[in-house]
Amino acid sequence: MSGHTAEEIRSEIRKYWIVGFALFLLTVVTVGVSYLDLSVGLAIFVALLIACLKGGLVAAVFMHLISERQAIYALLLLTLVFFAAVMLGPSFGRLASSAIG
Amino acid sequence: MSVLEQHPEEAHHEHPRESFWRRYVFSIDHKVIGIQYAFTALFFLLFGFTLMLLMRWQLAYPGRPLPLIGGLLGAANASGGIMLPEFYNQLGAMHGTIMVFLAIVPLAVGAFGNYVVPLQIGAPDMAFPKLNMTSYWVYLPGGLIMLASFLLPGGAANSGWTSYPPLSVTATMGQTAWLIGMVFLITSSLLGSVNFIVTIIQLRAKGLTFMRLPFFVWSQLVTAFLLLLAFPPLEAAAVLQLMDRLADTSFFMPSGLVVAGEVVRGAGGGSPLLWQHLFWFLAHPEVYVLILPAMGIVAEVIANNIRKPLWGYKALVYSVVGIGFMSFVVWAHHMFLTGMGTTISSFFQFTTMVISIPSVVILTALLLSLWGGSIRFTTPMHFALAFLPMFAIGGLTGLPLGLAATDIHLHDTYYVIGHFHYVVAPGTIFAMFAGIYYWFPKITGRKMNDVLGKIHFWLSFVFINGIFGPMFLQGLAGVSRRLYDGGEQYAHAQPVLHWNQFMSYAAFLLFAAQLPFVFNLFWSIRKGKKVGDNPWEATTLEWAAAPSPPVAHGNFPEVPVVYHGPYEYSPPNDPDGFTPQHAAPQAR
Amino acid sequence: MQIPYTVAERPDTGLYNAKLGIWLFLASEVMLFGALFSSYILLRTGGGEGFLVGQDELNVPLAFVNTLVLIFSSVTIVMSWASLRLGDFAKYRLWMGMTILCAFAFMGIKAVEYGAKFEHHLYPSTSNFLAIYFTLTGLHALHVVGGLIVNGYLWGPGAKMFASDPQRFINRVETAGLYWHFVDLVWIFLFPSLYLL
Repeated sequence: MSGHTAEEIRSEIRKYWIVGFALFLLTVVTVGVSYLDLSVGLAIFVALLIACLKGGLVAAVFMHLISERQAIYALLLLTLVFFAAVMLGPSFGRLASSAIG
Repeated sequence: MSVLEQHPEEAHHEHPRESFWRRYVFSIDHKVIGIQYAFTALFFLLFGFTLMLLMRWQLAYPGRPLPLIGGLLGAANASGGIMLPEFYNQLGAMHGTIMVFLAIVPLAVGAFGNYVVPLQIGAPDMAFPKLNMTSYWVYLPGGLIMLASFLLPGGAANSGWTSYPPLSVTATMGQTAWLIGMVFLITSSLLGSVNFIVTIIQLRAKGLTFMRLPFFVWSQLVTAFLLLLAFPPLEAAAVLQLMDRLADTSFFMPSGLVVAGEVVRGAGGGSPLLWQHLFWFLAHPEVYVLILPAMGIVAEVIANNIRKPLWGYKALVYSVVGIGFMSFVVWAHHMFLTGMGTTISSFFQFTTMVISIPSVVILTALLLSLWGGSIRFTTPMHFALAFLPMFAIGGLTGLPLGLAATDIHLHDTYYVIGHFHYVVAPGTIFAMFAGIYYWFPKITGRKMNDVLGKIHFWLSFVFINGIFGPMFLQGLAGVSRRLYDGGEQYAHAQPVLHWNQFMSYAAFLLFAAQLPFVFNLFWSIRKGKKVGDNPWEATTLEWAAAPSPPVAHGNFPEVPVVYHGPYEYSPPNDPDGFTPQHAAPQAR
Repeated sequence: MQIPYTVAERPDTGLYNAKLGIWLFLASEVMLFGALFSSYILLRTGGGEGFLVGQDELNVPLAFVNTLVLIFSSVTIVMSWASLRLGDFAKYRLWMGMTILCAFAFMGIKAVEYGAKFEHHLYPSTSNFLAIYFTLTGLHALHVVGGLIVNGYLWGPGAKMFASDPQRFINRVETAGLYWHFVDLVWIFLFPSLYLL
């Protein structure tokens, strides 16, 4: 685990505040963008992009994924694949069919 | 270095005598918890079996009063002792639910996994002992809620173990109890799966690399991942269905639905197929949860009784990991007939065919292992050997179901019931029996009686085939499943109707065949022949490094260090012997 | 009997048991919320005209404030962990206390939001959008409550462990923090998906 010395911990603390501030800003941007008159597809894309950015910052810095071990990365990669399956499967199933429901 | 040398303060510290409650009821020792799971699961197995026996009477003699107990079932279930269709549906839904969620998985994972895995990896217990205890005590109430639902007005859940809406949403109170019970069971399972994965990754003894793990541990590791990642969508779906039932939402309820002459409350616009996707997203990996621990047990028993290493250990490991991964992307082969369309059906048909490959690799590796082996036909070996052709039949009959075109004819027929029962009953349950006979000496320090064991095996083997074999014939003839009269009303069923009585007799006889086993189990606990620590002359740590039974807290008198692979039977320097995993290498 | 690697990290994985455990649990939570998001997508892309009834009634300013509250609470909880690692127990108490207050604030605002909906006769049964809205935010709120209870325990009676077994306690706070960040992360996706799009 990194950050054992007091100096390292203090520099991490600086990072936390910077990221926290960035997240605040990005939240304002999220709301601001929603007032622009974007097409549906573009609106979804932009909103999710910003959300991913915010989520990425939380995961990388607050959850210190950026310095985490390979085991955790592997687990999350695996989860991501199945997450994609459960997210897309039902909707693709519906899009490709003419069935009711 | 012994445990006591590592922690000298404990040598002088008197362990306070634990209270009865702490020792036997709310124990945090994985061995006690494993036994709790075992007895609870076996009780549910018996209960689920009894439900099926009631069904089989109705199928053999539709409309005839049930002998002896007909009067006891109550007028709502069996008026005049004759089973009502509503009750038949409850029996069907609950038989499936209880067998899958309350019996097999708790036995395969909760009992065998809990008891054996820490021992096989040289660990003193699971990574989170208190979490382990919590898992059991969340499972038990969930199971009791399911049982109690039979007493509700309208009885237990009756929309199949698959609980498809809109039927399940408009069903009686029992369905709500089912959903609540499932939330308990899923929670228990999730806590357990975290425990298993952390234990296997973090608590392996020194020298026990992943490729030296007994195959049973690999199968439990993959199973734990399946439970971890596949159950949550069903938990979500259960919450959604609860809301549909209790809060009048319309997640699964289409617009304009009329039930019994009344328009259904709620906004409509929902999707019944959404439930099917979410349900099968879990339920398909669930069937691999049912089979993988069984394959693990069979591998251990075969390795031990051929007195040579298993053939293709690496292939086995890669295959079980491959099965685990693939099991997440085949689910919609249960939905070929929903009108999904050919593109999606082709995708899932393809993945389903692909997943059969690693399954065949595993079966082949186990079969090839027998070649050149010095086979000991012990009681567990009988069951383990029988598993191979039985699972083969189950697996092969899955192929026409996994191909969309043939599934058109076979979906929802008795062919399906035959297929999955072959995999689970003479498949998994036989492996469970193998495991019980095999590990009984480790748990109790005594052996079960071999004569009774072999009688149990042969009778069960014959009768179990008698029940499920003819189902393929009925299915091919087009007899649908979930018919409370076994197809009596249908012209196409007439030529195969007579099999119903045959199968029912086989079922009653199968029940009788379990009596020697039950007697043997309880009798041997007290009066079985006493044995040493390693009566099977096995290499894996639970046999070679721990006493029978293991040390109460800590398992091993000395923490083992591993130097060898899991199946070094008849090694070159000792052709009639075996090398335990923790045997120190010979000094040169 | 000691379970190895409860406090110290196992050399080859670099992890202590609870850290691996909490990440595994979070992976399962990703699947849980994923299934609900999937349901939302399916129902919304397939839903008829009645689907979106109620979305205009959602209180965007309040939800915006709630987003900021949760983000701030993520900062405070990581600060509480950093303080512990610097040995400053008093600061830890302060930051963890603020995290708990933020959680209460979040729940309070949520209560106001829900209350306003019910007053206007907007219930889960009114439309499928509202159904998924209440389910997603309700389940998320339950997770906030769960975190609140754990954090409360670590602030209160559980904090005694810092005196007897400091590293183990620091690990517990880290583990609780990881869970709490995940709760924040889910909301980061919930907010635009339900309120803005």
